[in-house]
Amino acid sequence: MAETFKVGIADMNVCRPPDTITTIGLGSCVGIAIRDKQNKVGGLVHVMLPDSHEVVSNSNKAKFADTGIPELVRQLEAMGGIRSRMVAKIAGGAKMFAFQSKAELASVGERNVEATKKALAALRIPIIAEDTGANYGRTVTFFPETGDYEIKAVGKPVKVI
Amino acid sequence: MAELSIDDLSSQYFDVLKEIGNIGAGNATTALSTMLGGKVDMKVPKVRLMEFKDVGTTMGGEEQIVAGIYLVVNGDINGSIMFVQRKESAKAMIGKLMGMPSEDPENFSEMELSALKEIGNIITGAYLNSLATLTNLTIYPSIPDVCIDMAGAILSVPAIEFGAVADKLLLIETDFTDDEDMSGYFILVPDAESYEKILHALGVM
Repeated sequence: MAETFKVGIADMNVCRPPDTITTIGLGSCVGIAIRDKQNKVGGLVHVMLPDSHEVVSNSNKAKFADTGIPELVRQLEAMGGIRSRMVAKIAGGAKMFAFQSKAELASVGERNVEATKKALAALRIPIIAEDTGANYGRTVTFFPETGDYEIKAVGKPVKVI
Repeated sequence: MAELSIDDLSSQYFDVLKEIGNIGAGNATTALSTMLGGKVDMKVPKVRLMEFKDVGTTMGGEEQIVAGIYLVVNGDINGSIMFVQRKESAKAMIGKLMGMPSEDPENFSEMELSALKEIGNIITGAYLNSLATLTNLTIYPSIPDVCIDMAGAILSVPAIEFGAVADKLLLIETDFTDDEDMSGYFILVPDAESYEKILHALGVM
């Protein structure tokens, strides 16, 4: 019986097929799904912020792209995953409101996507699909069996990347 | 760099923030009843300090469709304020303001979105006014922006701003009642330095 594991905001989980992992309502956060193509272990992390060095309270690794992604890879390796066989799919990083309070050049969503790409590049894990940006929330489900990453948004057809 | 974190708030500070929540919500109710031209009752607001990961579930699940009205504040306090309502409550309030029920319960027309922004403007304005009066600080709100989407996605916006300083968030739940449910939630997000300013101004630090 396949189980669906839920990942909250600033949270992560790993599983083996036929189990699946889901995270609901990604706004400017990014959901990074990583999978070993051969032994099919897969994991999902829901990061909120780009950089753990920018803030004081940074004990939760899953909160940041720069610490959450390496931690997810470590957990996949502990389950027998091999880094050179891993591939990633990413979704989220939207800009929910036309303005953000801090007058930074890029929105948090854009910065999260950028930091995600940087962290994955540092680990030499290729991004094989992405659905990022725009101005709407996304609910995602990751199927490690096939590598499918299903994306749902309000008033839009379901998309699989 | 501010030393204070919301995680360290003692019960005394929390009581003060709670009281501001009460008064603010009271003023917002008065403003709302004036705008809607009728009596609007308010239950005692519930003020909670909660983990950001639990916020979505409070509003009926992270996939619940909500309307979020978001404003940036500047002046002596920098930060943002958000007023969140379930889609149904937002529709009920818009219907009251426009004097007729919505033709489409699922989607929001341009006119309805504009009405919602105005409601948000008045409610958050009343709330910020009481905060400014109590603290004697100057607060300038921006024009509001509205977004209708999954609760999880909308709430991640203030959660992220809070997340940069702490893992918890201050949520003020206000039940505006009439014959229809028009409840909503205020989320006030001052930056860390503004928190200190508010508490100093109120004489608790």
